[in-house]
This record gives sequence, structure tokens and C-alpha cells, in this order.
Amino acid sequence: MSFPWAEQYTPKNPFMKWMDERLPLPRLVYNSVGAGYPVPRNLNYFWNFGVLAGLALVIQIVTGVVLAMHYAANSEIAFASVEHIMRDVNSGWLMRYLHANGASFFFIVVYIHIFRGLYFGSYKAPREMVWLLGLVIFLLMMATAFMGYVLPWGQMSFWGAQVITGLFAAIPLVGETVQQWLLGGFAPDNAALNRFFSLHYLLPFVIAGCIILHIWALHLPGSNNPTGIDVKGPQDTIPFHPYYTAKDGFGAGVFLIALSIMVFFAPNFLGHADNYIEANPLSTPAHIVPEWYLLPFYAILRAFTVDFLLPAKLWGVLAMFGSILLLFFLPWLDKSPVRSGKYRPQFKIWFWVLVVDVLVLGYCGGAPAEEPYVMISQVAAMYYFAHFLIILPLISRTERPLPLPNSITEAVLGKDKSTAQPVAAE
Amino acid sequence: MVRVIGFLVGLGFVGVLAYSLVIGAIAFATEEEAGPTAYDYHKYARDVSFPSDGPLGRFDRQQLQRGFQVYREVCAACHSLEYVAFRNLTDLGFSEAEIDAIADQWPIQVPTIDENTGEETTRNAVAADHFPLVYANETAGQAANNNAYPPDLSLITKARSEGAPYLYSLLVGYQDPPEDLPEDLLPGTGLYYNPYFPNLNLAMPPPLFPDQVTYADGTEATVEQMAWDVTAFLIWTAEPKMEVRKATGWAVLIFLIFATLLAFLSYKNIWRDQKH
Repeated sequence: MSFPWAEQYTPKNPFMKWMDERLPLPRLVYNSVGAGYPVPRNLNYFWNFGVLAGLALVIQIVTGVVLAMHYAANSEIAFASVEHIMRDVNSGWLMRYLHANGASFFFIVVYIHIFRGLYFGSYKAPREMVWLLGLVIFLLMMATAFMGYVLPWGQMSFWGAQVITGLFAAIPLVGETVQQWLLGGFAPDNAALNRFFSLHYLLPFVIAGCIILHIWALHLPGSNNPTGIDVKGPQDTIPFHPYYTAKDGFGAGVFLIALSIMVFFAPNFLGHADNYIEANPLSTPAHIVPEWYLLPFYAILRAFTVDFLLPAKLWGVLAMFGSILLLFFLPWLDKSPVRSGKYRPQFKIWFWVLVVDVLVLGYCGGAPAEEPYVMISQVAAMYYFAHFLIILPLISRTERPLPLPNSITEAVLGKDKSTAQPVAAE
Repeated sequence: MVRVIGFLVGLGFVGVLAYSLVIGAIAFATEEEAGPTAYDYHKYARDVSFPSDGPLGRFDRQQLQRGFQVYREVCAACHSLEYVAFRNLTDLGFSEAEIDAIADQWPIQVPTIDENTGEETTRNAVAADHFPLVYANETAGQAANNNAYPPDLSLITKARSEGAPYLYSLLVGYQDPPEDLPEDLLPGTGLYYNPYFPNLNLAMPPPLFPDQVTYADGTEATVEQMAWDVTAFLIWTAEPKMEVRKATGWAVLIFLIFATLLAFLSYKNIWRDQKH
């Protein structure tokens, strides 16, 4: 598909030949995740996370479809129907805990996948479309996860829905109307619950469609690699199958072990206790917090505390959406021709500052809105915007990259000689 | 062009944040020291363990039965157990005949309709019923309890961030207010001081007194013992599938570790002659 030396699919028996002429589905699979897709030979374990994200989506869809058979999207009985799943449905507790923790693990692997792309420059030409589609998937995931969190109709479900749809109320003039339109009422109620359930069921399939486009766009230039340099010839690549299928199989095992530890031994660790209290419009929880994977953005939202030309709340909403939207422009903000952070001494430092910065934002997003957390999140939010909009464009001009290896093969063999440890090269 | 616009947008956000930071910092620095708040007197839950703790933890049936006895004789006067059915008590080691008797003798009846007239009436509970609600609705519960609705206890150990230790601490934590407690934090009429409760003053009167129940197995019914037992019972009501969950977890983990080891070996085997 991507390189001229890619293996061609040859049907081995008459039926497959017959099939290939009429509907070349086996050929498609062969060229996508089979021996027909040549991949750089030097990918490290961070390249496992794309496949793991796909696995996480499959787990979410399978458990979600089963849960939907027993769940009732009605504000009168939604909470009770979740308890019915936990107590009376055979293995219902397993389906629900897998689904709830599976969402968290989906975000963990996607965040690692995104930061891998940031470090190794996977967003740069010719892979801009891969990056943009990935961001669309990320936005869809956040919408799906938020609406899923509303479905159990606990206290955090209800008040989370109130706060998040309330963000749209910050829009001047039409805000209130937009919020009422989104909720189908003046406050979250049965109308909101029903539409959230409908969309929560729909969006994962939209995500699946976007993943197909994401992979399609990826397979034209082929995968990036830790050196960031282009594939020069057949010696730089190995077929996806069996090499990377075997490696991904191992990665999937480690992923499932980690997920199982949470599901079976700490299933509520990542959740919030208040969501085991049924939604009560008359009682506001002491601290309303979204799920952990949205906390960095929540911290940015709350970092704007002072009106300046615009109301503080509107600044917060603009900044929160802006913090994700700016990523769509990243391929054109960072003009350094070198992809991999490995050969960019300045970029490398700023990258790790960004990682710490996002973790700090996440911590502050979960903390109560009081000092010193507000001041810390203000500093961290300043760095977040400065990193992408000011620092990256500047260092891509001033930085002197380290010399690049001539080819992937040279990088691999050179490392072998210098360290005499093939395992370390992994 | 993208970079020029991006640069300006970046400066804008950073500038507004810096402005917010300066204003916030000035306010923080000049803020007057506030007097002690409820937060300063609040205590975190006591360190208490239960047989069900940990990856190998299991319920102690004897303890659950004692805890159920405390619930039935003390808590059930005000607190419902909406999501638990009488039939679920088989998990505690009760026989079907015992459960039928418990349901039949439950002091609150179950709403139903008269088969002949269709009028609303009540009947004795049966094993298939959930524990009947104590109050017809939340307003009735508030009216009977100084405007504080006694929460349903089915999920209480999962619905509090400190979990079961919080519940235990609350039950044994009633005490006289400390002498230095500011006046505005003193318990008002119908409230009771309890440092484990977030705002220190709880509408629930101290529920447990020594020897309030008589345990069939001869265990001495101290307040600590009853609190510990009823908390264990409420861990079960919140998570009745805990034992099967942990047992399944071990089987799944052993399988996955074995499968992952095989996957690792086949990965290394397939890659053995590839430089990478």
C-alpha cells in the first residue's frame, strides 16, 4: 500500500481468489494490518498505544451494548436500573466496572498516544491529516465520555451535566438559549438524559469511522518512527505481520492485566463517591469535579478569575476550547524540519516541562477552587498556551538540531555497535 | 500567518492569566486571617479494618448476621435499604425459611392493591421484595426527622469518599464539643457534635448504646462492636458481588499473566533475527 516493496496479496485457495475478485476484503486486511504493510523496524513500545486505543474502543462497545440491554434511560429509574445491573443481572457488575474503568484506560492510552505523537513529531508533514483526525477522535471521546458519565444519574452525573452545559451559557446573547436547547429544558432532566443516552450510543460508532480514516491517512505515508527520518528503502522496514502483531499481542496482554487489576480489585478508585448518591436537583455537592481525564481542561477553565474586557467565565470557556483547538494548528506552528524530539535538544526540555505542566493542571483541576491551587493553575495554564503558541514557533527557528542518522537502518546498527546491547535499542 | 495569529492569541491568554494571577496574589496576600472553621475541627476517619478488605478479603458471615441484627433493631427505624431484597440475605448464610420469616415479620408493610376492590392497601413482605421504604416519600422523612431526611443505606459505604471507615468513625464518634469551639460551630437544636461529619453537627442522634442488641452468638454488644458489625453489613449491601468479583479477578489475572508471558516469548522468538 504505502511502499513499492510492500508484499502483494496472493489468494491461496480458489475461494479466496473468487472472493478477492468480487469483494477484496481479505486484501484490505492484508494491506492494513497484515504482511502487506511495511513498518519501520525501529518502533519502540510507545507505538503500541494506537492499537491499544483500538482495543479499548472495542471493549467499550461490547460492554456498552450489553449494558444498554439492561439500562433504562429514564430519570425516574436510571439510578435504580444501574443498581439492578450491579445486583441482579448475571455478571452485570463485571460489565459495568469494565465499562467505567475501560473509559479511564481508553483515555490513559490515548493520552500516551498523543504525547508520543508530540515528542516524535508525528503531527508533521506528511502526516498532518493523521494528527487532525486524531484530534477529532479525541474531541468525540471527550463528548462520549461526558455523556456516559451522566447516564447513571448520580449526583456527579447531574451536576456535571449542569456545569458542562452551563459553559455554553457563557456565550454572549444566545448562551442561555443554547444551554436550554442542549438540555431540552431549564435544568438536566429526563429530556437531557434521553438525548445523552442516544448520543452516547451513537458517537462510539462515529469514532470507529474516524479511526478508519485515521488509519487510512496514516497508511499513505506509513508510520513515523523514533528517529523521525523517512523510510529510505526495504531494509528500513519489516512487515506489520508477524512482527508488530506479535509485539502488539504482548502489549495487549500488559494492558489487560492493568485493566483487570483496577476492575477486580479497585473498581471505584477512579470514580467519585458522590455518584453513588442518586441525582438530587435540590442538593449541590461540595465539590463538583468532572472525571479525572477532563481535569486539566477544567483547571484551565477555572484559572480565569478576573473580568477583563470579557467576563471571566467567557475567558475560561474560550481558553478551555482554545486549549484543544490550538492543537489543530500544531503542524503549522512548529516549523522545525526535524520530527523526532530525540534530535532537538531545546524542544526535548520544553516537551517534558509540558508533560509536568499538564499533570499539574490535572491535579489543580481536581483540587477545590481555592488558593494556592488557583494561582498554580494560572501559572500552569500560562505555560500551556505559551508552549504551543509562543515557545514552539520560536525554538523551531532558533534551535540547532543534532545531526540526524542517514537512515533508520544506520540508526539501528549504529546503536548496536556503540552499546552492544540490542535489548537497549528496543 | 498562522504563527503570527497564534502568537497574538497566545499573548492574549497569557496576559489575561497573568492579570488574574496578580489580582489573585494580591487578594491572597492581603487577605485577613479568618477565624477557625469547621475544617479545623474536622477529623479524618479512624484507621479501622474489615474482613472484606484487600484483594483476598472475604465477608465474615457471622459478622454480617450480627450487623444485620443491628440494622434491623436500630437503623431500620429510620433508614431504608432500597436496593437490597430479602432474598439477598441468603448471602449472609440465612436459610430460605429464616428469610421468609424475616420478610413476613418486617415491621413495615409493602404497598399493594386490594385484589377485589383495587383500593390501595398493604401486605406483609415476601422474600422477593426489596426492603420496604421507611417513609412514603422524602418530605414525610424530613417531617419526621427535624427536616433531615435519613439517607438510604444500600450504597452508603460507596457513597462517601472515606468509605466504610468513615461510617464506623461516625457511629462511634459522638462526643461533647471541644471547649475552644467557636460559638457559630456549636450544635444547634436537634443537632449533635461529631467531628467526623464534614460540618461537625449531625442531625442523627447517637444511635448506639452499650448492650442495645443481644447477639445470639454471645459477642459483647459494645458500641464499637455494633458499629463495626453494622458497617461490615453495609459494605455487603453496597457491594454484594464483592467475593465473586475478587475470585474472578484472581482467575483472570492468572490466565492473563500466563497468556502475556506466552505473547512475550512469541514476540521475542519472532523478532530474534531482526535488528531493531
